[in-house]
This record gives sequence, structure tokens and C-alpha cells, in this order.
Amino acid sequence: MSIQKKSNWELLKNGMFGENTIFRMAISLCPSIAVTNGLKNGVALGISVMFVQTMVNITISAMRKFIHPKIRIPIFMLVIAGYVTIIDMLMATYARTIYREIGLYIQIIVAFASIFARAEVFASKNKIVPSLFDGLGMGIGFLLAMIVISFFRELLGKGELFGYSLISGNPLLIMILPAGGFLAVGLLMGFFNWVDMKFYGGKGASGV
Amino acid sequence: MATEAKAHELIVSVSPHVRGKETVGRIMWTVNLSLLPAFIMSVYYFGPLAAYVTGLCILSAVLTEHIYQVSLNKKTTIGDGSAFLTGLLLGLNLPASVPFYIPIVGSFIAIVITKLLFGGLGYNIFNPALIGRAFLLISFPRLMTIWLKPTAQFVSLDAKTTATPLGILKEGGLDQLMQVFGDKADLYMSLLVGNRAGSLGETSVIALLIGAALLLYRGYITWHIPFSFLATVGVMAWALGGDSGFFTGDPLIHLLSGGLILGAFFMATDYVTCPSIRKGQIVFGIGCGLITMLIRLKGGFPEGVMFAILLMNCFAPLIDRGVKSKMFGAIKEQKK
Repeated sequence: MSIQKKSNWELLKNGMFGENTIFRMAISLCPSIAVTNGLKNGVALGISVMFVQTMVNITISAMRKFIHPKIRIPIFMLVIAGYVTIIDMLMATYARTIYREIGLYIQIIVAFASIFARAEVFASKNKIVPSLFDGLGMGIGFLLAMIVISFFRELLGKGELFGYSLISGNPLLIMILPAGGFLAVGLLMGFFNWVDMKFYGGKGASGV
Repeated sequence: MATEAKAHELIVSVSPHVRGKETVGRIMWTVNLSLLPAFIMSVYYFGPLAAYVTGLCILSAVLTEHIYQVSLNKKTTIGDGSAFLTGLLLGLNLPASVPFYIPIVGSFIAIVITKLLFGGLGYNIFNPALIGRAFLLISFPRLMTIWLKPTAQFVSLDAKTTATPLGILKEGGLDQLMQVFGDKADLYMSLLVGNRAGSLGETSVIALLIGAALLLYRGYITWHIPFSFLATVGVMAWALGGDSGFFTGDPLIHLLSGGLILGAFFMATDYVTCPSIRKGQIVFGIGCGLITMLIRLKGGFPEGVMFAILLMNCFAPLIDRGVKSKMFGAIKEQKK
């Protein structure tokens, strides 16, 4: 049981930039392409994931002494499924229109690699407060990625932001189609790699 | 001492020892030249608008490549004519009536996303001009399918729009196509000369064949891909394209219309994106033909050459691996 030496602020920053779920780890790419054709959907899914990630990390961290290592995977699964059910029911009640569009992807949060990985790698080995900040950082990182991707896709693909029309004329229809999602994610990933290599002396996501 | 004096006559170097005259630039500029007849015919039928669209494509493609490479402190490669060729092919694949930003966006996608981000000429997986056109067709489906009626009067300001032969065939069947063009001989004649609606460079089959003959004569392309491509399309059209059962279709209509000739001779044969083994090239051509006819007869689009070539581009390395010949004398590896 290793004790995390990083400060809470560093943990937050690590989740947001250093190990950003989508742009650096390249996991949970399925929702980042399926849901990001509009800012509203992207933000809704980002906030749901942030909630689930934080709560799962806290819960697993609190229970870490009682979980037998041999059955930890089913227990993680149960905890994640519990929180996803909560957010699913909340959205179905209070955010009907968005839920109709992204309801499927809310339920699929259960299978997100990023949440599971943090529970296994971090929360089950650290105290509650660092786990909270780690989960929050990861969640914010995911939310930021969703905002950036869906910002460009909605702006270029529909000429709108949050459903308000900004640009008239012919938008690039391809950007709200799946092909445009791959394009946007790929180009943004390249951009963040470039920033990392140019200004922070990193090796880029593939250089690990 | 005597040997030393003669030493300079023996130059030890690594291969290649014999160099041909051919360079990338020479080949590319020849391909550009071979597209000149098609370009002239497009200007003849669609007026100054054709020259404007094609010129804008070429200009933006060359400028994009130059600016990208200069701004990244790389050696600019616009001199070898490949950016020029990409722009020219993209321009010849657009309708005449597109607004000015469509050629610019298409050239940017073709040059930067498809070619330079993958490492430049020789490293691209897909044909740049075709990706540019696919991007435009999906992004601007309305604007990219407004086809002008060819006028041959050099005034295109109040041009009428019409459907392409394949579009008519898809919507109304063979009877309606006959109504528009008269009898079969007239139809074949219009298709051969290029007096029909369509993308700028694809209409005139004769002009394209003149250019293709030049390339075949110089040995820059071989017959394998175009022949297998065209033969597959012909057989499929004959077998499945008829209204009254199998083997009643008219292969000539399908062979002469759409972008088939342009695609088969000038785009499927792109060195970078097709298999490099002859046997593989035949497989590649057959695959292109099958997908083309599948889209034309059963798909949602009236024309499928572009998507067929792009899909087969994906498979080019796989095909090469599959048809690689056994080294002489080598024993086939035993499966364990």
C-alpha cells in the first residue's frame, strides 16, 4: 500500500493535463466521438463522468481495507454500477431532453476504462482525500476534453454553440458525423502532444 | 605508385550505380501534361468557370503545401509537381458551379490532412485528391451535386443545371436516359466526347484516353489496374445492370459515364496508394470495380468510383503481402 507523495493540487493537475483520459491516455474514446456533436451533450456527459469518477474513488478508498484482493473486480463493478444508476435516474427525471439523446452513453459509463483504472490503480491504494482529488482531477480532465472536442465539432459542423446559431452559411457537415469526430480527436490529440513536447519537454503520448 | 595513379578511376560506392533519367518531378509533370486534353475539353464545355475552379484548386494546393513546409522549416517540395497534380485532380473532380471556398477547403484537406500529416509524398495511405473530394461531398452534399448543363458556347453565366447520366439512370432508369439523349448512338457519342453534365474533368472520355495513352506509352502506368478495373465494371454492368434479368445490362453506358475513366487511369494508379506487385494490382483493380458497381447499382449514391478507390487504398498493403511471390528455392514455412 503505497502512500501517494504528490500534493492535492498536483493530483488535480495530473488528471487534467498529465494523464488526461482522452488526449494523453487515449481511453474512453467511444463517448468522445459519439456524444461530442454538440456542446450540450458533451458537457452533460462530462459532468456525469466527473461525478461518478469522484464518488467511485472516494467509496473504493474508504472500503479499501475491507475488500479482499481476489474479489476486488466485482466489487469495483458494483460500486461503479451503483453510482451510474443514480446519475442515470437523476438525468431521466430532471434532464429529459438531453437524456433522450445521450441516455445510452450514460449507462455505458459502467464500462469506462478510465473509471475502472483509477479505482484499481489509485483509489484502492490511497487514503480518501488524495483519492478524492485524483478522481476530481480525472473527471475535470475528461470534462475539459469533451468541451474542447464538442466546441470545435458543433461550431464547425452546425455553426452553433449550445444550440445558438452563430455562423450562417454552409457548415462543414462532416464534423458532426462520426468521421468528423475521429478527425477532431486526432487533430486535438496531436495539438496537445505538440504543446507537451514544445513547452514542457515531454515525449508526447506515444513516447511513453 | 602506378596503382595509386589509377586509383581515381575506380570509384567504390553503394548502389544504385546506374541512374535513369526519371525523377518524381518528371513523372508528375508528365501526368499533369496528360490531363491537359481533359482540362481543355472541360473549359470548352463548361466555360471559364471550369478554368476558374481548377485554377483555384491548383493555386490553393500549391500554396498550402508551400506555406506548411516553410512554416515548419522544411524543404518545400512544390517543385516536384505533386501538389500541382493533387490540385489539378481535385479541380477536375468538382462540379463547375461550386463557390470559391470549396476548392480551398478541399485542397487544404487533401494536402495537409491526407498527405503532409502522414509524412509527405510517398507516405500517404489514401489518394489526397480523392480524400479532398470525399470530405467535400460529405460536408456540402447540396453544393457538390449541382451539375451544370454543358453549353460549349463559352458563356456560363446563366447556365442551366441538370442531372448526370448516372443520376438519371439511378432515378428514372434507362428509358428516361434514352429520352434525354435520343437514341443509343447519340448517347454513346455524347458520353465519348463529353457533352454531358458531370464533374469538370470526367466528362470527355476521348480526351482522357489521349492522356492515358501518353502515360501508357511512357510506361508510367501499366495496363493492370485500369484494365482489371474497367473489365470488372463492364462484366458487372452486363451481368447485373439490366432491367430484365441477368446478362441484359449495357456495359458501355457504365463504362463511359461517371468518373470511371478518370479514376481508373489517373487515380487508382497512383504509385503511393496502389499495390506495387503486378498480381496485386489486378486484385486491386477487380476490387475497385466490384465496389464501384455495388455502389452504382445498389447503393445510395449514383457514382461510386471515388469511394471504391479509397476503400481499396486501405487494402493495398494487405494485397501486396498476400500476393508476394516465394523466393526462388525457398521452402514454404511449415505450420506448427
